[in-house]
Amino acid sequence: MRNQRSIFTNIDWIIIGIYLALVFIGWISIYAAVYNEENSAIFDVSQRYGSQLIWIIFAFVIAFIILLLDGVFFTSFALPIYGVLILILIAVLLFGVKVNGATSWFEFGNIKIQPAEFAKFATVLALAKYLSMPNIRIKEFKTKVIATTIIAIPALLILMQNDTGSTLTYAAFIFLLYREGLSGNILFLGVLAILVFVLTLVFGATSMILFGFIIFLLLYAATKFDLKTTVFTTLATISFLVFNTYYEIKDSFIFFGIALILFSIFLFVITNKKLKDKGSHYLGIFILVVSCAYIYSIDFAFNKVLKEHQRTRITVLLGEEDQLINQIKMLEFKMKDETFSQEQKLVIKTDLKTKKESLKELQQGNGWNIKQSLIAIGSGGFTGKGFLEGTQTKFNFVPEQSTDFIFCTIGEEWGFLGTSFVILLYMALFLRIIFIAEKQRSTFSRIYGYGVASILFIHFIVNIGMTIGLIPVIGIPLPFISYGGSSLWSFTILLFIFIKLDSERLFVLR
Amino acid sequence: MNNFTNRKFIIGAIFLFVGLIFIIRLINIQLINNKYKLDSDSNVLRTITKYPARGLVYDRNGELLVYNEAAYDLMLIPKQLKEIDTNEFCKLFEITKAEFIERLTKIKKYSTYKPSVFEKEISTESYANIQDQLYKFPGFFVQLRTLRSYQNKNAAHILGYISEVTPAIIEKDNYYKSGDYIGKSGVELAYEELLRGKRGIKKVLVDVHNREKGSYLNGKEDTLSISGERLQISLDITLQTYGELLMQNKIGSIVAIEPSTGEILCLVSSPSYNPNMLVGRAVRKNYPVLSRDSLNPLFNRATMAQYPPGSIFKTIQALIGMQEGVINEKSGFSCIKSLVGCHNHPTATDVASSIKMSCNPYYFQVFKKIIQQNKAKSIYKDSEIGLAEWNKRVKKFGFGGTLQTDIPGVKNGLVPGVEFYNKWYGEGRWAFSTIFSLSIGQGELGVIPIQMANLAAIIANRGYYYQPHILKEIDDKPSIPLIFKQKNYVDIEAKYFEPIIEGMYGVVQEAGGTARRAKINGIEVCGKTGTAQNPHGEDHSVFIAFAPKDNPKIAIAVYVENAGFGGTWAAPIASLMMEKYLTDSISDKIKEQRILEANLMNVIPKK
Repeated sequence: MRNQRSIFTNIDWIIIGIYLALVFIGWISIYAAVYNEENSAIFDVSQRYGSQLIWIIFAFVIAFIILLLDGVFFTSFALPIYGVLILILIAVLLFGVKVNGATSWFEFGNIKIQPAEFAKFATVLALAKYLSMPNIRIKEFKTKVIATTIIAIPALLILMQNDTGSTLTYAAFIFLLYREGLSGNILFLGVLAILVFVLTLVFGATSMILFGFIIFLLLYAATKFDLKTTVFTTLATISFLVFNTYYEIKDSFIFFGIALILFSIFLFVITNKKLKDKGSHYLGIFILVVSCAYIYSIDFAFNKVLKEHQRTRITVLLGEEDQLINQIKMLEFKMKDETFSQEQKLVIKTDLKTKKESLKELQQGNGWNIKQSLIAIGSGGFTGKGFLEGTQTKFNFVPEQSTDFIFCTIGEEWGFLGTSFVILLYMALFLRIIFIAEKQRSTFSRIYGYGVASILFIHFIVNIGMTIGLIPVIGIPLPFISYGGSSLWSFTILLFIFIKLDSERLFVLR
Repeated sequence: MNNFTNRKFIIGAIFLFVGLIFIIRLINIQLINNKYKLDSDSNVLRTITKYPARGLVYDRNGELLVYNEAAYDLMLIPKQLKEIDTNEFCKLFEITKAEFIERLTKIKKYSTYKPSVFEKEISTESYANIQDQLYKFPGFFVQLRTLRSYQNKNAAHILGYISEVTPAIIEKDNYYKSGDYIGKSGVELAYEELLRGKRGIKKVLVDVHNREKGSYLNGKEDTLSISGERLQISLDITLQTYGELLMQNKIGSIVAIEPSTGEILCLVSSPSYNPNMLVGRAVRKNYPVLSRDSLNPLFNRATMAQYPPGSIFKTIQALIGMQEGVINEKSGFSCIKSLVGCHNHPTATDVASSIKMSCNPYYFQVFKKIIQQNKAKSIYKDSEIGLAEWNKRVKKFGFGGTLQTDIPGVKNGLVPGVEFYNKWYGEGRWAFSTIFSLSIGQGELGVIPIQMANLAAIIANRGYYYQPHILKEIDDKPSIPLIFKQKNYVDIEAKYFEPIIEGMYGVVQEAGGTARRAKINGIEVCGKTGTAQNPHGEDHSVFIAFAPKDNPKIAIAVYVENAGFGGTWAAPIASLMMEKYLTDSISDKIKEQRILEANLMNVIPKK
């Protein structure tokens, strides 16, 4: 107990060191991003780097206060904190200020606060509190429902604020739940679903269904049927494929073909007397049908549910630009072909026109952002252009360069050395958090630790992935680095509660 | 405590895996792929060309002939174009709305964010009008350019003109870029590389809105533009102007050369045009008019028109005859009009008098002696040997394409040789009797006025010439090419020139000479008339001369198309020119008046 008097005795200095490094990198990067010759004083409060400094100082104060509090405070008040923040989220929907189309801000004079940021640590607290209760096991259906509800309430409220990016971060809790016993299959299925989604967009639903079908047939036949059936179905599928590639059959025929094969297997399965456990076969066919439906629905969801700007964010990544350029070249070539009739040419011409328009939209809209972001990072080279020498960021080619695209400034001015250093810092932070979380004797503390790592990780993967062109443009901040008081404070609170909990590791067992 | 502790490894592995993918991706875009570096440069770097001022051109007395005037190109960046009052704009620039839309679409097609020329070469006066209105039209701005300007309305042919480079030129010579100007004729073309100077570049950084943000690397890679060299040409603009005045309402040319240097003093081709007509925007309007003109004012007759020389060629025949030894200065031939037509005159008893009286039968016989020297038994073979020798000697005089002047586009002319007649008549099917017209400068001979003037210079120099040239000094340094400083001997001994000069002196100064009108009080003029028969109409009037007789200062050739006898028109014009050059005044105002008033444009052709 005597150690509690000195709050610095048992805290993890490695995490705090990494935290300070990231905050400092963020501050000078913001300075570089908005730097211009007229306002070059780094403490100028009218500029973003000046106000960021104020946020940083306040963040340190907040961190200090958290370290002063007793850890019991957080375990006892986890649910009330969660409840209050839910109320605030509802309030912001009713009384909030609209910025960039999202109603997620409270305005107090000049200061804007984004409650969605603070909802994150509250949700982690609540989840940790619930899952650490005695006799709670995640295998149970009821536990899953309640845990999902704890996550879903703030997520849905934030979605209603029209802040899709922040909503997506709640997917991070799948890591926490997995650690606490959620079936690995769900994690696997989630990854698979994302993979199939992307592949479907690249190759089209038809080929994906066909491909899925072949995989299914092979797996299913190999595990459930005898060798003869396997060989037969394999040969049938391959010959169908070969036939298809040589004679360029229309999509509808392919569907007919698939339906035919599906039907014959179906018949075989129910009529085969050798097969005893028919239920599992029906299940297999059911899975196949569901996955076909999923693949088919991707096309539908993509084209009908997603908005235009959301679609382009994804298509840009999938090489839509190059595809369009190639298609335009093809059509232009066709236009010169004499063999086409006047009507055919007219069709080609209108097609060409729409393609050219969408290309233009792509290149000027989200395509532009991604491209400029890549140029900024790519042009940094190994050592970068030097501090304050980044032309891409200085001359405003990169959008949102002090908030969501702050990584561009690091990449351009500090090069590969800078970017890899930042990535290594984050890696060290995540692994350190996991390492410490596993040392906790208290379940609450461990779960909370995993929550911190998960939340930070999802921000890391989405934000950096976006700037280097691996993930669609989703506007969420890079923890501790991006400009913005709300995000800095909320991440600081998130992290320092964990540091506080960890510092009491030896004395308490919750 | 629970069964899932090992899952920390899986979660850790996932984190590390993502970090690894990011690092690999960063290695790819930051270290391997070079494309982004180039894209970044092209984003922010704009290279601005700094155009040098084209070199100025002065005449031999230091009078400015060609200079540059400021003009403004109206540029447009379509992306910066905001809502503007199109009506007001169109009114200000005097264009129609349809034209405005047409230009805008064309520019937009090229690029929406790069500047394009909307209106070219707005004069300084027009710019003053629009300058204070321009702020109303964001997206438009002006760029300073220079326009060639010609001080005088004379000497168009010799000075030449410049025009914008065509894609074909850009492809051939990588110095030129779209929008550059290049000399197209005359001095502008001949000394293009001296006059054009050296372009400079300035690299600037621009931001995303294409606004200038300062210099690149503090201007380390910028270069200054270097103005073109200052050229002094040998032309005497006063003489040139006077020559053009005399040649008004006449078709033909005057070429004057300083014999002691080969410098061209004037090069008149009539009709001519005002060089300022082919400057800037006016070209589009004026060029078609000029090129469609039936009198062909763009055609430089002094360097490109090929004429029969007529009797002035007798001087060469006599010189070759004496050098070959087939005649001597005392040789006399009677005027047998049955050989070739002639006018009535006393018998020419020596070379000098034959020149003075321009006796045709005399030169029929001289030429016969040159061609048929009995070196072969067959008269055909004999003629071939003779003609070959003659051809070689004539070409020494700068005829038939042997002149190496710096004026671009000088035609070769034609001195027929053995091959020519073999092709024409067949080998062994022609002899002296076939080609005797050459003796009096007719027949197949084709001579260019500048070559005639050079002939006058050769006689004035008694046997040599300098390549006729227009360049005098480059940038105040006497650095003309060596080729213009070398004497070119015609391989005729100087003593043989004396009887010729005596005859030419007689032509002008003595009773019975064919060009008494060329006399100038107080100056000994030597000349030779020519009346070139012209199958298409009235004879051409020809005269070559030099003055003074000793230590000549000017050699001249005048060719007036369809004007008849050489002594009537060409000779007085030549004398006025020489007097103007030598004394800077005209004593015989009646002679001058007669020439100025003469209109020889519509002479009824003789057939």
